[in-house]
Amino acid sequence: MEWLNAILQGVLLGGLYALFAAGLSLMFGVMRFVNLAHGDFIVAAAFAALLLVDLTGMPPLATLAVIVPAMALAGYIGQRVMLNRLTGGDLLPSILVTFGLSVILQNLLLEGFSADSRRLSAGWLDTAAVQIGGGLSVGAVPLLLFLTAIGVLGLLSWVFGRTGTGRLLRATSDDPEIVGLMGADKKHLYGIAMAMAAAVVGLAGVLLAIKTNFDPASGPIRLLFAFEAVIIGGLGSLWGTLAGGILLGVAQGVGAQIDPGLQILAGHLVFLAILILKPQGLLPRQRS
Amino acid sequence: MSLITLSRFALAGFVIAALTAGPLWADRGTMRLLVEVFYYLALAQLWNLLAGYSGLISVGQQAFVGLGGYLIFSLAMFAGVPILWGLPLAGLLTALIAWPTALVAFRLAGPYFAIGTWVIAEVFRLGFAQISALGGGSGISLPAGMVKAMASNRTARESLTYWIALAIMLAVVIGIWLLMRSRIGLALSALRDNEEAAISVGVRTRPLKFGLYVATAGVTGLIGALIFVQKLRITPEAAFSVTDWTVLVIFMTVIGGIGTLEGPILGCILFFVLREFLADLGSWYMVILGMVSVGIMLVEPRGLWGLLTRLRPVTLFPVVRKRKTS
Repeated sequence: MEWLNAILQGVLLGGLYALFAAGLSLMFGVMRFVNLAHGDFIVAAAFAALLLVDLTGMPPLATLAVIVPAMALAGYIGQRVMLNRLTGGDLLPSILVTFGLSVILQNLLLEGFSADSRRLSAGWLDTAAVQIGGGLSVGAVPLLLFLTAIGVLGLLSWVFGRTGTGRLLRATSDDPEIVGLMGADKKHLYGIAMAMAAAVVGLAGVLLAIKTNFDPASGPIRLLFAFEAVIIGGLGSLWGTLAGGILLGVAQGVGAQIDPGLQILAGHLVFLAILILKPQGLLPRQRS
Repeated sequence: MSLITLSRFALAGFVIAALTAGPLWADRGTMRLLVEVFYYLALAQLWNLLAGYSGLISVGQQAFVGLGGYLIFSLAMFAGVPILWGLPLAGLLTALIAWPTALVAFRLAGPYFAIGTWVIAEVFRLGFAQISALGGGSGISLPAGMVKAMASNRTARESLTYWIALAIMLAVVIGIWLLMRSRIGLALSALRDNEEAAISVGVRTRPLKFGLYVATAGVTGLIGALIFVQKLRITPEAAFSVTDWTVLVIFMTVIGGIGTLEGPILGCILFFVLREFLADLGSWYMVILGMVSVGIMLVEPRGLWGLLTRLRPVTLFPVVRKRKTS
């Protein structure tokens, strides 16, 4: 029963990891750009939610209405002003700039909020749970997270699969030069993609703040989880990130059940095993 | 031999002689600082060799620094290997372990390679934290007897550490310089400038990158072993610290100028000068360093050395053929 519970909690945790991964996957999918500060942006969004709640006293989930649009706007502007200089060309500058941003963000958060571990309380929701029989119960927060992840991934695949903007974004991913020749504004499209990714980052940050403890130095580990979920799931596949997130979550849950010190290590080892045995991931994109 | 070449050798000879005589003129604090400068300079050159020349951007070099450190502690404590023999052995073993590691990391390309190396470093950190014989998460000290066996007294031991660090640094700088003047260096320069073109003229990039990664890991392990012999104590957090062994090294290289031999030297010296003045600022110091390197990457990706050579074409380590003036 304990094991079943560990697996169940792992599956639900996978939803959060899928949210981390979706932002990363979006950026790489469209712009061939990897943001090494991804985890730090998630943690920054978590701190922004904390600050909002402290200042205005609004309910934690309500901060989503402020943070998600704000992140989307910041993502669009950041892409247009700075990141467009880096995308498309050499890999080195984009990796090094985002790595530098990661260090800057961590240290700014450290100055602003101290090194203390923080958490956002969602009131009664924190302790609410749903009984699902057999002595197993599911916490309201993890369940909410998991359903949100499915909703977000569904929304993203609808945008990419069914809308005009989505078609343009996929075309840009395949060949940015040709899309430019067809009269599309590549810089604007990259801005849109980054805005979408940043909105997901904002969402993931607020939910992270409610789900678990975080501190200024906890960004990099979130980047690693996001990355592992992307690779396990298969590059370029949105639903793959959910599969990857779930497998990672289950590996960590089972690892923690064996020995609390093994939680993170077990996740890393499963990732390495997948990389060796099935480098294309669980759900590789069905395109040549 | 032209006058310029002669003066270059004279300058290099003078610097090396002055540094070798360090224990004669430097006090204890200065010597410790210089040892730190030496190993950071070597780490920066090695990272630059990977990222600047062969396009292997690793943010997980702390894996090999830590591995070298833990290996020499294990060799000394469990096998009774004297420290002086342990150093090269730790480097060799690190390279041996880096081999299968590279097989895994090389499954990832470009930016994913970078994050993959970070995951591998984390696996080492968490793994060593589980080994109770090595003190687990709280770490372990080098037995006093092993340290005393290095040299008769503290001064002699510190001089010895200093000379070893200096020798490693010089070997790395001169070694990379000679490498860059060889056929391999030519292939590496071609790789840096345009990978596809390099492949098309017959550069076998994969074995080249693979060999370079493993060799670099070995030397990084040797440096790591020396670092923790000097520190006398090792913990998983310190051994596999991404800030100490990768972030700072990257900042130095980027600020000085990536893809040149002179850049990391300039960046390293600048880093230590800045640290003397700004270290009191704490985390703001890291913010400033980060902003400077991000700014440099956006404005002049070739770093300060690139700016300098734009104003005046100078070179300390000639690796390109001189243009014939007719």
